[in-house]
Amino acid sequence: MGSILSGAEAVAFARSLPGVDAVGLEARAAGLGTRSIKKESKAHAIDLAIGMIDLTTLEGADTPGKVRTLCAKAVRPDGDAPPVAAVCVYPAMAATAAEALKGSGVKVASVATGFPAGQVPLDVRLADTEAAVAAGADEVDMVVNRGAFLAGDLERVFDEIRAVKAACGEARLKVILETGELVTYDNVRRASHLAMHAGADFIKTSTGKVGVNATLPVTLLMMQAVRDFRAATGVQVGVKPAGGIRTTKDAIKYLVCVNEVLGEDWLSPHWFRFGASSLLNDLLMQRQKLTTGHYSGPDYVTVD
Amino acid sequence: MFEYSPAPEAVRPDIREHYGLFVDGKFVDAEDGSTFKSVNPATEETLFTVAEAGEADVASAVAAARRAFETVWGPMSGAERGKYLFRIARLLQERSREFAVAESIDNGKPIKETRDFDVPTAAQHFFYHAGWADKLDYAGLGPDPRPLGVVGQVIPWNFPLLMLAWKIAPALACGNTTVLKPAETTPLTALMFAELCQEAELPPGVVNILPGAGATGAALVHSPVDKIAFTGSTAVGRSIAKAVAGSKKRLTLELGGKAANIVYDDAPIDQAVEGVVNGIFFNQGHVCCAGSRLLVQESIAEDVLERLKDRVATLRVGDPLDKNTDVGAINSAEQLTRIEALAETGAADGAEAWQPECELPERGFWFRPTVFTGVQQSMRIAREEIFGPVLSVLTFRTPDEAIAKANNTPYGLSAGVWTEQGSKILWTAERLRAGVVWANTFNRFDAASPFGGLKESGYGREGGRQGLEAYLNV
Repeated sequence: MGSILSGAEAVAFARSLPGVDAVGLEARAAGLGTRSIKKESKAHAIDLAIGMIDLTTLEGADTPGKVRTLCAKAVRPDGDAPPVAAVCVYPAMAATAAEALKGSGVKVASVATGFPAGQVPLDVRLADTEAAVAAGADEVDMVVNRGAFLAGDLERVFDEIRAVKAACGEARLKVILETGELVTYDNVRRASHLAMHAGADFIKTSTGKVGVNATLPVTLLMMQAVRDFRAATGVQVGVKPAGGIRTTKDAIKYLVCVNEVLGEDWLSPHWFRFGASSLLNDLLMQRQKLTTGHYSGPDYVTVD
Repeated sequence: MFEYSPAPEAVRPDIREHYGLFVDGKFVDAEDGSTFKSVNPATEETLFTVAEAGEADVASAVAAARRAFETVWGPMSGAERGKYLFRIARLLQERSREFAVAESIDNGKPIKETRDFDVPTAAQHFFYHAGWADKLDYAGLGPDPRPLGVVGQVIPWNFPLLMLAWKIAPALACGNTTVLKPAETTPLTALMFAELCQEAELPPGVVNILPGAGATGAALVHSPVDKIAFTGSTAVGRSIAKAVAGSKKRLTLELGGKAANIVYDDAPIDQAVEGVVNGIFFNQGHVCCAGSRLLVQESIAEDVLERLKDRVATLRVGDPLDKNTDVGAINSAEQLTRIEALAETGAADGAEAWQPECELPERGFWFRPTVFTGVQQSMRIAREEIFGPVLSVLTFRTPDEAIAKANNTPYGLSAGVWTEQGSKILWTAERLRAGVVWANTFNRFDAASPFGGLKESGYGREGGRQGLEAYLNV
């Protein structure tokens, strides 16, 4: 078994990775998307998906009131539905979320490092991270330096992730690759391995703030990366698709991918998350449908 | 654990208890009253009985086809023929679900494949050739190409409806009439297609369907047709070639294969593994162009094999009508016996067999996906067509060695190349002696793309502009 690589080694390794065949990758994702999940397996998948949600609000208009509303829903989404995994907010709202979620088991996740663009000096990004952790964040969602990555400065990307990881202390670090800005699958695979060697606890697709967010093929590719990374190093890393996953049907496709590409080891909120907000209500409506046998409507689940 | 609940396809087609022969636009029983049974290979239950065509029936079907050619279909304008073909294509699309389920029940292949591949691709062939019907002058085959007349067509059991489409669509588009014999174990969708021809009001005699076994096929070959088109085994193809030799009958053959899938060390590994799995386990390996030999560069062989086994272990084997089934039933007891016998030679010759742990249904004909490692070029499993879910893995050191091993077979139907280097794809494809070479993919078909073999894999092309030539006097 290999080991975690240093910066220069990790960069050399990332550059040496074989290419990704886009057509083949997309065909595989589409194939997994045709699985038919019904009855008990659907009920199981819905509850699993609810428990994997990072319920997110990342708006300029966020207020403590709004965050408390979201936290209440996170802890008790609907009837006997399980709580979600975490509430994901800006650092300024982390303390409010931590207070509201105290003792509930639902984690506080905070975006940091100048989210979503990350185009601020490194010391500011690190201070941002430390502030989030100090405010009570259990998990930090950082953005990678896409500018440096696209300019070819992979060492810098690696070093910065490592610095943020140090600033996180005990908090788990999710590294947002912003795949919509890296554009090619080859880049996504390189960035995934780079982030994992630099200490990522999770690799995450997107901020949700650019045109293209999580897609099934890109998430499948990242799943293959975490699988290969564990095979090489023994270290397990989580995956978080984020942005654009709105329906139960979509969420189930992702779970099928986890099931068939990564297997049971990753089928828990500790290793797989959905970064989403409107997804929760669709899951709850589908859940009601399975219980009652008929569809309800948006007035039968709560607005955030 | 995330188990999938059973997801059986709900639609059930209206399968009759008994089918006749389809001759001159009507269903009739065989002259001598012979019948045989069609069995569901996943349950071994009898599905229906069907008339078995004898020599007299072949004679009347060929006569009906001749009449239709001389009086209706031959004189008809290409544009009018095209309308009929478009109508058939549309009806096939409208009834696609019904056809998909029927095909799965009669053949044993998973509903996922009939639904997403067999039926849509069959419809595409009719649409594609409908478009050619009035443009044959512009096919680049010379001025005013003429139809051949009556064509006899014999198709295999692995893609019953799709092979029917590959045969009938170009024949009709070019102005010929046909007598088609579906395979003995899979006549259902051909008979449903006959019903569809009635619904489309295709003139009687243009399409005739004669279910039967080898004797029916032999009678058709010896009947006064103008051309024979055959898809099936090399042994039968050879006997047909002998039978028509010296006659004015034209012949096209699409026969067996033992395709090599070459994986270079710079291949996109995960996609290559996916392509190898699709190449051999698609349709239970009942594919003449199946990638039954994996040639992997020695430097990455261990890694590729590990990934391959992990992937094969996730294949879902079982009820063909479950929408989540990846690998269905073997088509017949006879075929299962053949596969078992050949697989046994692999072990006896010293290759190492690996199979995933998966439960197989108690009844029906089943064979676990199998990967043989340590296979050498001299072993039977590396040379003979198994026509089942059995992959033989061989290694190579240099590109030249890969080519030498890939070409070292009497067959030449298809091959695959996996590398991220475009120049290497071209270098390899140029040297592979196979009718179809897929690069970074496998088992892709399109009505516009000609398909056919070299060497003992046959001659003639099906599909595309080139495929028209097989049905025209040019």
